[in-house]
Amino acid sequence: MSLTTEGVAAPSGHRPARLTARWLVAGVVTAVVAALAGLAIGPVPINPLGGAAELLNLIPGVDIHSGLTPQETAIVTRLRLPRVALGLLVGAMLALAGGCYQGVFRNPLADPYLLGVAAGAGLGATVAVTADAVFSPTVLPLFAFLGALLAVALTYALGAAGGGRVRTPTTLILAGVAVAAFLTAIQTYLQQRDVDAIREVYSWLLGRLAPSGWHEAQLLLPYAIVAGGVMLAHRRQLDVLSLGDDEAASLGVQPRRVRYLVVVAASLGTAAAVAVSGLIGFVGIIVPHTVRLLAGTTYRVILPLSALFGGAFLTLADLAARTVLSPSEIPLGVVTAFLGAPFFILVLRTATRVGL
Amino acid sequence: MSVAGDPGPAVDLAGVGVALGGTAVLGGVDLTVRRGEWVTVIGPNGAGKTTLLRAVGGLLPFDGSIALFGSGVGTLRRRDLARLVATVPQTPTVPPGMAVFDYVLLGRTPYIRPLGRESRADLAAVDEVLGRLDLRRFADRPLETLSGGERQRAFLARALAQGAGVLLLDEPTSALDIGHQQEVLDLVDELRADRGLTVLASMHDLSLAGEYAERLVLLVGGRVVASGPPREVLTEPLLSEHYGARVRVIDAEHGPIVVPVR
Repeated sequence: MSLTTEGVAAPSGHRPARLTARWLVAGVVTAVVAALAGLAIGPVPINPLGGAAELLNLIPGVDIHSGLTPQETAIVTRLRLPRVALGLLVGAMLALAGGCYQGVFRNPLADPYLLGVAAGAGLGATVAVTADAVFSPTVLPLFAFLGALLAVALTYALGAAGGGRVRTPTTLILAGVAVAAFLTAIQTYLQQRDVDAIREVYSWLLGRLAPSGWHEAQLLLPYAIVAGGVMLAHRRQLDVLSLGDDEAASLGVQPRRVRYLVVVAASLGTAAAVAVSGLIGFVGIIVPHTVRLLAGTTYRVILPLSALFGGAFLTLADLAARTVLSPSEIPLGVVTAFLGAPFFILVLRTATRVGL
Repeated sequence: MSVAGDPGPAVDLAGVGVALGGTAVLGGVDLTVRRGEWVTVIGPNGAGKTTLLRAVGGLLPFDGSIALFGSGVGTLRRRDLARLVATVPQTPTVPPGMAVFDYVLLGRTPYIRPLGRESRADLAAVDEVLGRLDLRRFADRPLETLSGGERQRAFLARALAQGAGVLLLDEPTSALDIGHQQEVLDLVDELRADRGLTVLASMHDLSLAGEYAERLVLLVGGRVVASGPPREVLTEPLLSEHYGARVRVIDAEHGPIVVPVR
């Protein structure tokens, strides 16, 4: 399964919409540049080429002289690299899930937190923090993860109209709104009962990349691979789904099954990302839309590029978060909104292609 | 029971009933469409014409039996069904920003593996259909920039790209001016002849229905009330009884013309 269909054209010479090598390279280059910037910039400036060399040295058998001091090498490999890796993974997951939700619900305002994921994760985090202060740091990610998944399951269970049989995009969204409201109510109640808990959960809610070594990236990676794989594999089916359930069915697709698979994968990926990084907003809506405006409206193009540019965007946002007010850090969710909104307006104004 | 050598009807409905939300919308419908025939379903609003087409297209549960080329609609997998019957709905969705070529390519979905991609043969099939319907010059343009008549041809192109033997058309002319109405229907008739398509359509315009169909089926309140050649179904007594309208029926070269009179 390749990402491009270069070389396959109709006899008349027309080519189907596809992810061109040009855009794929642009995405990869952007992600690489963002990663190198994340490695190089910080309280101790480090030569990016040296940083890249140390990256390669991690591969067994490779030994390049990077010109960095042992101290600088430690900063790159133990502090910055795990953070950059986490940023790439989380950004890719949120943007990919956002694009998928937009496709599955045919709604340009859909984001990965749509079906109660954010409320469920927030409630899980709050329960972890209020239940036991000693164990909460280690338990919080797990509770957030479970909370997010339970919320989606609840939405799916409740999201059927007509006596419990018909699940349409609209009924699911409405059920998601109801579930989110309910879980948020419980979360608010627990928070106001324990004021100290609010402070701890609040910083988590705003989102941050604060990995302790490779632990978080290792937790996230298997979910990212599986969920990301399933989402990317379904990108053509999302194009068929854009015709509506009836027409998609008459073309041989099973719309409810595709929607279910994609929602499960997207929710899993989002829940895992949220568990390690909190509720980082904006990435899931902005990145797919920007890709749509710049590179094309079919999901064959939008999904892979959203993953690449999403990772790059979050890494750069995190860079800003930790350097602008150094030594203190701005919460990542604040930075993504601050950077994202004007950037998106700029894209909107200069794009020649319209079509949301 | 079929005679030896007779390949059997393209579409065969027996005792078909459909209930939506607890209400019976179709009841006891028997209808047969021979291979290569053009049958148009007419009837007042709410008679169940769209429901009938949706049932034949496998989009609704139904009582009774519906067979396409001998295979029961309820027993076929979605992909196999999509290779037998193609539907052009009344108001097809126009995905924003999608080029005409890619839109018509969606018609090849039943032939592309679920997680795979289109083959050279699929692209060639799209090419051929675009050429046949004179859409090549619009291939790279977004679908929404086409005029009504051109868009209708694109919807038809996607259905044809499915390579199905049965074509279901739900109100194919309701959004078009009289010139484009005739153009689309003439086109469907030519395609029927050169591809051996079987056409089952629903139409509001009685004269057009009579001029282009070989047989008409009058559906009222979910039941078949009359069926036969246009001259037998488009009669003043039948139409005034079931439509509650005053009409004059005039005999013309290609079929009866129905004129409402005050």
